[in-house]
Amino acid sequence: MSTPPPRRPGLPPVAIVIGALFFIGLVGLMLYGVVRSGASDRDVLPSALIGKPAPEFVLPVLHDPSVQFGAADLRGAPYLINVWGSWCAACRDEHPVLTAFAQTKRVRVVGYNWRDEPEDALRWLDRYGNPFFVVVADKEGRYALDWGVAGAPESFLVDAQGQVRWKFTGPLTDEVVKTQLLPVLDTLERAQ
Amino acid sequence: MLPELGQILLVLALLVAILQSVLPLAGAQRGNAAWMAVARPASYAQLVLVAGAFALLTWAFVAQDFSVRYVAENSNSLLPMEFRFMAVWGSHEGSLLLWVLMLTVWSAAVALYSRALPETVVARVLGVIGLVSICFLSFMVFTSNPFDRLLPAPAEGRDLNPLLQDRGMMIHPPMLYVGYIGFVVPFAFAIAALLDGHIDVRWLRWSRPWTNIAWAFLTVGILLGSWWAYYELGWGGWWFWDPVENASFMPWLVGAALIHSQAATEKRGSFNSWTLLLAIAAFSLSLLGAFLVRSGVLTSVHSFAADPARGLFILAFLALVIGGSLLLYVLRAPRLEDGRPFAGASRETLLLLNNLLLTAACAMVLLGTLYPLLADALGLGKVSVGPPYFGLMFVLLMAPLVALIPFGPLTKWQRDNLGKPLKMLLPWAGLALVLAAIAYFMAPQGRLKTAAGVLAAAWVTLGTLRFIWTRVRANGRFTPEMTGMIIAHLGVAVFLVGALLVEAQNVLREVAMKPGQTVEVGAYRFEFQGVDEKEGPNYLSDRGHVQVFHNDRPLALLHPEKRAYASGGQVMTDAGIHAGVFADVLVSLGEPLGDDAWALRLHVKPFVRWVWAGALLMALGGLVTAGDRRFRRVREKSE
Amino acid sequence: MSLRLHAWLLGLLVAVAAMAVAAQPAGDMSPLQFQDRAEESRFQHLTAELRCVMCQNQSLADSNAQVAQDMRREVLALMRQGRSDAEIRQFLVERYGEFVLYRPTMDRHTWLLWFGPGVVLLAGTFVVWRIVRRRAAALAAQSGPRGEPAPGTPERPEGDQEW
Repeated sequence: MSTPPPRRPGLPPVAIVIGALFFIGLVGLMLYGVVRSGASDRDVLPSALIGKPAPEFVLPVLHDPSVQFGAADLRGAPYLINVWGSWCAACRDEHPVLTAFAQTKRVRVVGYNWRDEPEDALRWLDRYGNPFFVVVADKEGRYALDWGVAGAPESFLVDAQGQVRWKFTGPLTDEVVKTQLLPVLDTLERAQ
Repeated sequence: MLPELGQILLVLALLVAILQSVLPLAGAQRGNAAWMAVARPASYAQLVLVAGAFALLTWAFVAQDFSVRYVAENSNSLLPMEFRFMAVWGSHEGSLLLWVLMLTVWSAAVALYSRALPETVVARVLGVIGLVSICFLSFMVFTSNPFDRLLPAPAEGRDLNPLLQDRGMMIHPPMLYVGYIGFVVPFAFAIAALLDGHIDVRWLRWSRPWTNIAWAFLTVGILLGSWWAYYELGWGGWWFWDPVENASFMPWLVGAALIHSQAATEKRGSFNSWTLLLAIAAFSLSLLGAFLVRSGVLTSVHSFAADPARGLFILAFLALVIGGSLLLYVLRAPRLEDGRPFAGASRETLLLLNNLLLTAACAMVLLGTLYPLLADALGLGKVSVGPPYFGLMFVLLMAPLVALIPFGPLTKWQRDNLGKPLKMLLPWAGLALVLAAIAYFMAPQGRLKTAAGVLAAAWVTLGTLRFIWTRVRANGRFTPEMTGMIIAHLGVAVFLVGALLVEAQNVLREVAMKPGQTVEVGAYRFEFQGVDEKEGPNYLSDRGHVQVFHNDRPLALLHPEKRAYASGGQVMTDAGIHAGVFADVLVSLGEPLGDDAWALRLHVKPFVRWVWAGALLMALGGLVTAGDRRFRRVREKSE
Repeated sequence: MSLRLHAWLLGLLVAVAAMAVAAQPAGDMSPLQFQDRAEESRFQHLTAELRCVMCQNQSLADSNAQVAQDMRREVLALMRQGRSDAEIRQFLVERYGEFVLYRPTMDRHTWLLWFGPGVVLLAGTFVVWRIVRRRAAALAAQSGPRGEPAPGTPERPEGDQEW
């Protein structure tokens, strides 16, 4: 047999270390991704307004369009503003939860009727009940962009000073109210 | 009864896969000929079993057996017959079965055409392929069984996703999978070589056509996806750097590096370890791509439904297969390195640069695709990484590569005088610059990009022609390998024209039109003739009529559609396209605006067909190279 | 799998399909009118680099969603107010976060993204240079001071295999 080949040096240790780190990092990232993909809120866009002042909206009231109502009128106490429309199926799903929460009279619940015909909206409220302290109508979607609204339903919690403290995208459930909304409310009320 | 038979066939295939891997691999290690001999028959048996299962699933679709859950989810009583065949791979479980079928086809092909190789090599290669089979078959059997029953059987199925009810879309997965999975062959060779501790140039020569064919099919698969997105989605784009598109592009980039590296290793014995690493990387990226698409890790309009349990399963396999291969590589590769010397100015250096640039591009695509997930994991918020990033970085990385292409074939191996290829090419570089300047001044818009596209394409074309001229003057003989290279490199030039010029020159106008109105876009005139309703086999559509004139002469009557599918109410736009060699005209329907008026999108897309023509040429080049009979001469000396 | 699980799965699939049709209001979808080609071109380039917040992965230019149309209208209005491209992007980022940008910002948290490939390229070039230097030195050593061909290099190429 021929002479054995001369001993060759191994791969440079630097390369092995970098390679190993990269591989472990990649698998770790994939693991995170898989675990995260099961979460229902995976695709939800977090609000860019948290901790910032709520938009200074001024809109006609749905039930009396001659009256203008705005953010300034709400200052002094926290409020929950709920974006909805009569064309939105999921809004119907969250309606009982929202109504139950409104009945606790913990905070004012303001309705933000987005891109809706007033007659349709009024009919919807007649049919399913009106849990709202007041409903403002944004038929043209003037302020929706300022709120960072991407769809309905969405709910924002604004504190007494007019800062946005919490946002939820999608229909509210009892679970969400209990585990997310109420704790934030508690924090707000303790701070006052 | 038949679906249960299908299930049994899959389980049997899994058992055979275990036999195909354990016995031959152990046999090769111990020199046990009987065990090694199991490899070939096991491959054939697997093909028969999986093909049988596939046939049974196809039958379930054709017969519309809604008691099979997968059929109920992906079919519908109104689904036309041709789509019933293709619906087999319409969603996760079925496409996975197609994947496994392709794997068994490649495996059987290797078993059939490897008579010239030593038994130990064949045993190891088929054994490794068997291991991969085990991964996918067990994934199917335990988590993604296409033959699961749904009882009581629903009266009506959900329907095949309307996006997929199109011939182009349906061929795209099979082509893609042939390519993706084909990389298992060079991968298996690499593992076999590492296990053996020895690489013989003859076996590498044998594996080259397989790699080329796989890469060519992957090219066609990607090109079909791009072409489909263009005519089906109607927004006129042909590539969006969507995560799933990137998942198929990454193995393509590394595959391109691999085929070049294999050439160097085969002819010069150099870069053994780089070639092996690239082979492992190419297949690893194929697996990663499969994982990304099926696990729900990345959101994309393209991905299959997410299921974390499945995701974990594939991830575990991924980690095992890739981690194991890399570990083996670290332990064994240095022994194989040949270290044959070469000078700075040599084709070897150019090949190293080629590998570097393609790999860097792949790394960039991987980084950009995973970055949103990484940012999320590190709590850096939700960021988006889209075409502006990928497009810019890709051009930056590919520009040096395009500049080097003409030098490759004209530079000698091992040692060359740097001045020689430079002198040969310099006048042609000058001509390319002149052409680019002319393009710059002639372009109605997007001048810089147009000039860049013309410069790059002209440079590559002229450089390749210079090579042809050199060969003709020398002895006029062109091996299939050279011919393939010429075709593929010209394909690159054609692609560059398409990609850069369409971006620079395309025009989009969004207008509201009433029947009878016309709009002018450059030399084209669009006359809207109204919309009427049409009924299809399983949809209702609004069909528009738009007459297009070019320089006042009638060019085409286009029929953009908006289809509402009966099953889910999903609305699909089908653009009306007139295909031209030098420009496409594309019209898509927007929303009805009341009063017979419609919103229309009018596109003029110059040179867009060149994108796919270029890709097709690249694929053709790969196939022509694969056909070189030299690769089949394995037993030429000794033995 | 059990019957109940099957039924639940099918129900889930149906529910997912229903939710996938996003809750979007109807509204004015008429195309925007531009004052001139330059404005149209600027608008198209700007919206191509912005992301539709309601879609899976589509640019603001391509999306048919009502929110996207509203955002496009807003972008055009901002353009006409004289705002620069950067200001318009900032306007949207303030409301929707960086998610809305397809071209990531150049910030501390995106350094890895923008400079990573460059670093990889540099590191790779360094590695290539090292390899080439080593091999070239070996070649020079083998072939002797007068540059004779290295011993062991194939003399007569077999057919065209040398190519």
